[in-house]
Amino acid sequence: MTTQSQTIHTRLVNATSKLVPMHWQIRTLKQVMRAKKKVFGPLRPMPNFVESPVPDVNALALEDIDPSNPFLYRQDQWRAYFKRLRDEAPVHYQKNSPFGPFWSVTRYEDILFVDKNHELFSSEPQIILGDPPEGLSVEMFIAMDPPKHDVQRRAVQGVVAPQNLKEMEGLIRRRTGEVLDSLPLGEAFNWVPAVSKELTGRMLATLLDFPYEERHKLVDWSDRLSGAASATGGQFTDENVMFDDAADMAWSFSRLWRDKAARRAAGEEPGFDLISMLQINEDTKDLIDRPMEFIGNLALLIVGGNDTTRNSMSGGVLALNQFPEEFDKLKANPELIPNMVSEIIRWQTPLAHMRRVATQDVELRGKTIKKGDRVLMWYASGNRDERKFENPDQLIIDRKDARNHISFGYGIHRCMGNRLAELQLRILWEELLERFDSIEVVGEAERVQSNFVRGYSKLMVKLTPRK
Amino acid sequence: MEPLVIRGREALGKVTFIEHDNTEHVTEFEAGSTLMQVAVDNAIPGIDGDCGGECACGTCHMIVADEWFDKTGDTPGDDEEQMLSMTPERAKTSRLGCQIKTTEAMDGIIVYLPEFQM
Ligand code: HEM
Ligand code: FES
Repeated sequence: MTTQSQTIHTRLVNATSKLVPMHWQIRTLKQVMRAKKKVFGPLRPMPNFVESPVPDVNALALEDIDPSNPFLYRQDQWRAYFKRLRDEAPVHYQKNSPFGPFWSVTRYEDILFVDKNHELFSSEPQIILGDPPEGLSVEMFIAMDPPKHDVQRRAVQGVVAPQNLKEMEGLIRRRTGEVLDSLPLGEAFNWVPAVSKELTGRMLATLLDFPYEERHKLVDWSDRLSGAASATGGQFTDENVMFDDAADMAWSFSRLWRDKAARRAAGEEPGFDLISMLQINEDTKDLIDRPMEFIGNLALLIVGGNDTTRNSMSGGVLALNQFPEEFDKLKANPELIPNMVSEIIRWQTPLAHMRRVATQDVELRGKTIKKGDRVLMWYASGNRDERKFENPDQLIIDRKDARNHISFGYGIHRCMGNRLAELQLRILWEELLERFDSIEVVGEAERVQSNFVRGYSKLMVKLTPRK
Repeated sequence: MEPLVIRGREALGKVTFIEHDNTEHVTEFEAGSTLMQVAVDNAIPGIDGDCGGECACGTCHMIVADEWFDKTGDTPGDDEEQMLSMTPERAKTSRLGCQIKTTEAMDGIIVYLPEFQM
């Protein structure tokens, strides 16, 4: 769909939001889009990716290399692919991907250049390669340029600012401890749902002051939002489900908003949660009247803070198993935990890329990126760039320049939740070392299907309690 | 007065970093480095400098003592201003340390460190 008609939908939703509840409007939008597709056919057919073996990168002509293949990571081929691109075509054009043509930037230095120059490379209309379902375009500041981006980010960043985190540290530690104390000892279990998913779900519920017993909803919404086939090559192909999710989300969050507003009207002090923060900020106190923006901002926090941290929690365990001498180093020097957290985030790179669109012709390493072209900054490659990091494929928990990793991006969109992510991971590892002598991975890790999220669906582990 | 010497080279002056809890660190600096670099080289706590001085991470935030602000050269440029505007503890004399090049005129400068970096 064109951006223009997208905008009109959004305006319509905003204009009617005072009269019609938000979730009804989204349901209506779903019917409209359905009818339109019946008459005109889908503008963008939803791709359906079927797994087949990824070809050896060295058997391909440069122009045939397609880093958007959602199975590169799952089949553990990504390192060879990006190494070849970094060495032979650091600014690379792929004409025929299932997502359309796009550029790939794969060296650390070049990624930094693109990330810093937001006037040359726009974050609008979105920051993933593929498109969201037709008609369902929520507005998030991650996908906005200044000045709009700055205003919106300032309004919400307090909720994850270090000052606020200090208040939450005790709570996070207590909840982490509870989860770890309930784990089975000496028998194999799947770390991903038991620890990584559970801890990040609890964290999100805390940030949003979401009903605690319904917290799995947050995780499910997020997984489906970032797992759409058309967007990231993921496994979810049913657009109807995505509309239903958006409607569900709108309903839950509106209820949460009204509830809070009523409690505050009755004299209750505002909390440290996101909704309270939005309600006391001049710029966002009426956000509920701009539904696409409202859902957008909440969805951004949920998606941003969900599988990123989750997969760092799993990735750290896997990495320390692949490099067992580092685990010994850690046990002998627990003060290395903060640096190790940065190193794990570098090694894992939970989000493979961010996308930009060139606002004018830009020349980079002898190639001309044309105005309007899509450009992917491959953080996953930048973090393994041997020009920047020594032995980049190795986890080295006392690596001197671990904090220079590019997993959080750089420039004005640099991850807003970076301190929260670091805090959660630091607490996790402190609490793990208190309790266990070994966290042994038993069996192959299973990775998710995506060109965007680099994560795990299964990681079987066995714990040995501390003597 | 004895000239200050850093690793065999002549130092240009001294800088005092004052942490949020009032702990003071006095260190020497050479010509041409940045205050971020000086802080990182001397392991001053609370300056991360994640982007290595590219004005792209905001983790080298410092608050220059009022009376020294003029001596830090230009007022923040556009890029610096944009990063600073997202810093929760922004103050009137906030700067990104990586954008302050040391000069002779800065001998004796006092800078305060925020409680947290963004
Ligand atoms: C290890 C964990 C995490 C990683 C690797 C990560 C990665 C990223 C990256 C790469 C960006 C930059 C987007 C761009 O340049 O276009 C970003 C932005 C963002 N992240 Fe994170 N993130 C993590 C955790 C979190 C958490 C815990 C939250 C919140 C609860 C969060 C919320 C956000 C938000 C709101 C933005 C948008 C910032 C903006 O556009 O100004 N992230 N994240
Ligand atoms: S070191 Fe990154 S902004 Fe100064």
